[in-house]
Formats: sequence, structure tokens, C-alpha cells
Amino acid sequence: MEVIHMIRYIGKRTILSLITLFIILFILFLMLNFMPGSPFNDTKMSHEQLKILYHEYGLDRPLAERFLIYVKQMLTGNLGVSYSLQTNATVTNMISHTLPISVQIGLQASVVGSLIGIVLGFVAALRKNSFFDSMATGISILGVSVPSFVLALCFSYIFSYKYNLFPLLYSSSEAFRSTILPTLSLCFFTLASIARYSRSEMIEVMEKDYIRLADAKGITRFQLVCRHIIRNAMIPIITVLAPLTVDLMAGSLVIEKAFSIPGMGSLYINAIQANDYNVVIGISFIYSLMFIGTMFFVDLLYGLIDPRIRIAKRGK
Amino acid sequence: MLIQNDSLLDNDFQLANKQRMELSSNNKHIPYIKRVWSGFISNKWAVASFVVILLIVLFALFAPIFSPYSSTGVRPDETNLSPRIPLLEKIGIFNGYSDAVSTRYHYFGTDNLGRDIWVRCATGTRLSLYIACLAMLIDLLIGVIYGMISGYYGGRVDLAMQRITEVLSIVPTIIVVTLLLVVLKPGLSSIIVAMILTGWINMSRIIRAQVLKIKEQEFVMAAYTIGESTVTIILKEILPNLIGPIITTFMFSIPSAIFLEAFLAFIGLGVPEPYASLGSMINDGFSSAMSYPFMIFFPIILLVLLMLSFNLFADGLRDAIDPEINEK
Repeated sequence: MEVIHMIRYIGKRTILSLITLFIILFILFLMLNFMPGSPFNDTKMSHEQLKILYHEYGLDRPLAERFLIYVKQMLTGNLGVSYSLQTNATVTNMISHTLPISVQIGLQASVVGSLIGIVLGFVAALRKNSFFDSMATGISILGVSVPSFVLALCFSYIFSYKYNLFPLLYSSSEAFRSTILPTLSLCFFTLASIARYSRSEMIEVMEKDYIRLADAKGITRFQLVCRHIIRNAMIPIITVLAPLTVDLMAGSLVIEKAFSIPGMGSLYINAIQANDYNVVIGISFIYSLMFIGTMFFVDLLYGLIDPRIRIAKRGK
Repeated sequence: MLIQNDSLLDNDFQLANKQRMELSSNNKHIPYIKRVWSGFISNKWAVASFVVILLIVLFALFAPIFSPYSSTGVRPDETNLSPRIPLLEKIGIFNGYSDAVSTRYHYFGTDNLGRDIWVRCATGTRLSLYIACLAMLIDLLIGVIYGMISGYYGGRVDLAMQRITEVLSIVPTIIVVTLLLVVLKPGLSSIIVAMILTGWINMSRIIRAQVLKIKEQEFVMAAYTIGESTVTIILKEILPNLIGPIITTFMFSIPSAIFLEAFLAFIGLGVPEPYASLGSMINDGFSSAMSYPFMIFFPIILLVLLMLSFNLFADGLRDAIDPEINEK
């Protein structure tokens, strides 16, 4: 029984992700089609010549057929070529050069942010209404309110410009040292949201009857916190991790611009400003893939860890 | 004694047992608004942030009126001037130290085109607030309608509507917004449209959850039993109970909308030139942040203050409206 429900749950999530993927592909396809201007805007070409060109590029076929061809191309990694940034360089190639550094900073920021955030939230919950608690609350409100580019500016002004501790802009000779400040400024939002969320989650769990029971059994406080409270409070925290990856993506655009990191975010911004449609669409597709993947993974993890999710779905 | 007219005075009656009455005054009914108000007033951070918001709004509205400069007035002879404020300049700060070629007072200095930053900050704040409020109001409208229909009707309607939002919410916000702005070209209306497209889902979810809770309660059942129409039940029974969550969601969405606008401006998709928003000013000042820090300092301070006070204000408001959450 249990296995069947698990399979159904996974199947449902997969279908949902696939539908979303198709919607995104459809939006991108529409953009490509309704973008102002066409590659054949040359007025010298005769009607017949245009017809031949359209036929050669398959533009005279029905929209649905073109969409299918397009989907096939996108899914096999053929994202087209760049028009203006690096003429005729394939978008796939450009992305594969810039993606690793973005992923590295993103992962660093999410690991640092969520670890510190969870610790901060848990300690604040355990010492509720203490000085530490109000400090943690202060940090989490500041972290949600101060945009990452402001932090980036402050950090680079203090640590790079005044005290010369870290490189002001990214340099490949000091690759890791240059990622420290970007990571710090990027992780702050994640840190703040997770601290806030884990604090309230923790306090909610601590008031549950089973915690009171465990306490009454006479186990040590350490055991109570580790075995019962943290384990139960961790489950819902996983769900906020997925939406936070979107904020990380958005943040990475800003941070990469602020520190001139040659990552995918910088490429995206440059492509937007240069109207390099294929690059914009290609990166949008990669971003969406990454996000859909994270959402799918987190949903799955959540279902695996917390059997109540599956049971609730069955009840409906 | 005969009652001569319908009006009875308070002292026509006497309490049989005065002591009991005094005891029960502890449990006196306090009107909703009064309860929310006293809860809000007791939160000093929320009150302080409300005052800050008020001051910033006043600044945004009136600073340009009382200033001799205009936000778009380019003056090639007064570029990159440092801040200079009367009185404060005597004690050595804000004295326009860098290149005091002008005898005029620019409180926040001027930018690289000689435009007064004090006035631009005010109009920028105005624009940022305008975009955020308008976008979020429309979001709210769509979200409330969608959420109420989905929550009230339930069943198949709900299922279908929830599947739609579920799929849409997986599409990353920044992708939708950037793609839309790349196609539409950045402008006031296209930024607002982009924000609306991405913001309503969250609103509708919160409203739906509330409607699901409320519609199970007795007074809705009672209204249904006495034959009220669906529209009346939704508008007269359910909607008034949604006011609290609607206000708090709205307040929480304002700072995120301000942030989204600033973010878009920072990646080059902000409002186009003669306009100034806080985000576009930060973007303009960013390249010269180390040499002319004042150009970026004031918009940043305004942006952070706005977001911070809106967040704190919304926090306080939520705690006052829904005290149960505070216990968490």
C-alpha cells in the first residue's frame, strides 16, 4: 500500500513539473515568435526569396509543428547562437563557461545561509525572550529589509576599499578569496528568512504534547532538543528552502553585477541590455530548469521524510 | 408607573447586585478596532516605523514643492556637487567640500548631470511607492477574487484553480518579469504589469486558506440557512472577516514590491530616463559609488528605511490583528 502511494505521489509531482516545463517552453517560444523584428527584415529581398528563406528555416510550417521542433531543440541542449554579445557563439557554450562560478557562489551562499540561519533560529527559540533572541529577530528583520546589493556595496567598501582584505572585484587569480564577499552578501537574505522561520517552527514544536511527554519521561534536555524538537522542526524548514533558491537566483544577478563576477547572472544582464534574445531565452530556460528541479527534489524529500504529507493526499 | 414615552433613562433601573456587575467588567467586550489599535500602540517598534513611513511620505510629497530645483533640471555647471546644508555646514559636515564652485545649497548634492539629489530622492521615493502600491492593490483585487471563488466553491472548481496556481507558482518570478520587460520595454506600466503577473498567486493562496476556515463557521451556515444568496454570503459574511489578513498581506507585499522595483532597476530594467526611482538612482550611482558615495548613499538609506519600516509596521499590524500568531 505504502509503496503505491509513494509512486503515485512521485508521479503527480513529475507530471506537475513537466507541465510547468512545457508552459515555460511555450512562453519562451511565443517570445521568440512575437519579438519585434525578424532576421529577414532586408527590404531588398523579393517575395520569392523570402519564401525560400522561410522554407529553409522551417518558418512556413504550422505553429504547432514549429513548437515541437523548438521543444526538441531546447531539450537536447541546442539553445541557438548569440546575435550580439559574442556573434555566432553557441548559447550552450556561453552558459557552460559561466554556470560553474554562479553555481559555486549560489551553493556556498545557500549552505552558509541555511546553516547559520537554522542555528540562529534554534538558539533564539531555546532562549526565547532573551537578549540573544531579540538580537536574532533584529538580524532576521534587517536581513529581509536590506537588499543584497546594498550589503554588497557596504562589504566591498569596508573590507575591500578601506582595509583591502578581499579583492574589490572578482579576479580569477584569487578565485576563492573573491567569492567570500559575494557569498556573504548573498547569503544574508537566506540566513534571515531561515532564522525567522526556524525560530517560529521550533517554538511551535516545543509546545506540542509529545514534547511534554518526552520531558516527563525524564530524558536529558540535550536529548530532548536533538531527538525530538529539532527533528520535528526541521521538516517544515525544508519547504522554505525551495522558494529561497529563487531569491538566490535573483540575488546572484545583482551580486555578480556588483562584484563583476563572470557568471551566468552577469551574462544574463548583459544579454538583456544588448537585446541578445537567444542568450536571454537560453539562460531563462536554464534558470527555470534549475528551479523546477529544486522544487521537484524538495517536494520529493518532503514526502519521503514526512509520511503525513502522503497520508493527507490520500485522504482527499 | 406608566411609561410615558419610549425613552428610558439610565437611572430608571437599579442594579440588583452591584458587586457582580463590577466583576464582569473585566470581561467587557472591547470593539475590534479598539483592540487592534491598543495592540498596535503597545508595540513601540511598529509605532516608530509608522512614524518613519509617514515622514518619508511627507518628504516625498512636499520636498520638491519647497525646493528651487526640479528633478529633471540638468545643469552642466553644477555636476557632482557634494551635499551642502545651511547651518550644518558651519560645523564642518555637509559643507560641499569637494568642488565648491557653486554657492547654492544642494542638501544631498547633485548627480553627474547636475540634478539635485534631494529632489530626485523625493520624486524617486514617490515613484517607488506609487509603483509598489498600485501593483499590490491590483494584485490584491485579483488575489482576493480568485482566492474567494476558489475557497468558497471548493470541490472541482477549487481543484482546477489550485492546479493552475500550483503550476504557475513554479515558474520563477524573475524569469517572468525579465522576459516580459525585455519584450515590452521597461516603462512605468510594463513594470506594474510584470509585478501584477507574479504577485497575485501568493495573495490568492492566503485568501483561499482564510475562506476555507471561515466558511465552516456557524454564522456562514446560518446565513445559508436563512436563504441568503451566494453573493450576499461572500460579500457580507465572509469578506468582512478577511479584512485583517488582507491588510497584513498587503502591508507585507509593499516592501517586497519596492525591492522588486529596485532589483529590476539594478539589472537595467528600471523606469526609463527622465524618471527617477530609488532603484534607478542606486543603479546610476553604483558605478561612481567609491568616488561620489553621497550619490548612492541617500537613495540607499531611503530604500532601506522604507523597507525596514514597512516590514516592522506590517509585523506590528499582524500581531495586533491576529494575536494568536504572536504566541508562536
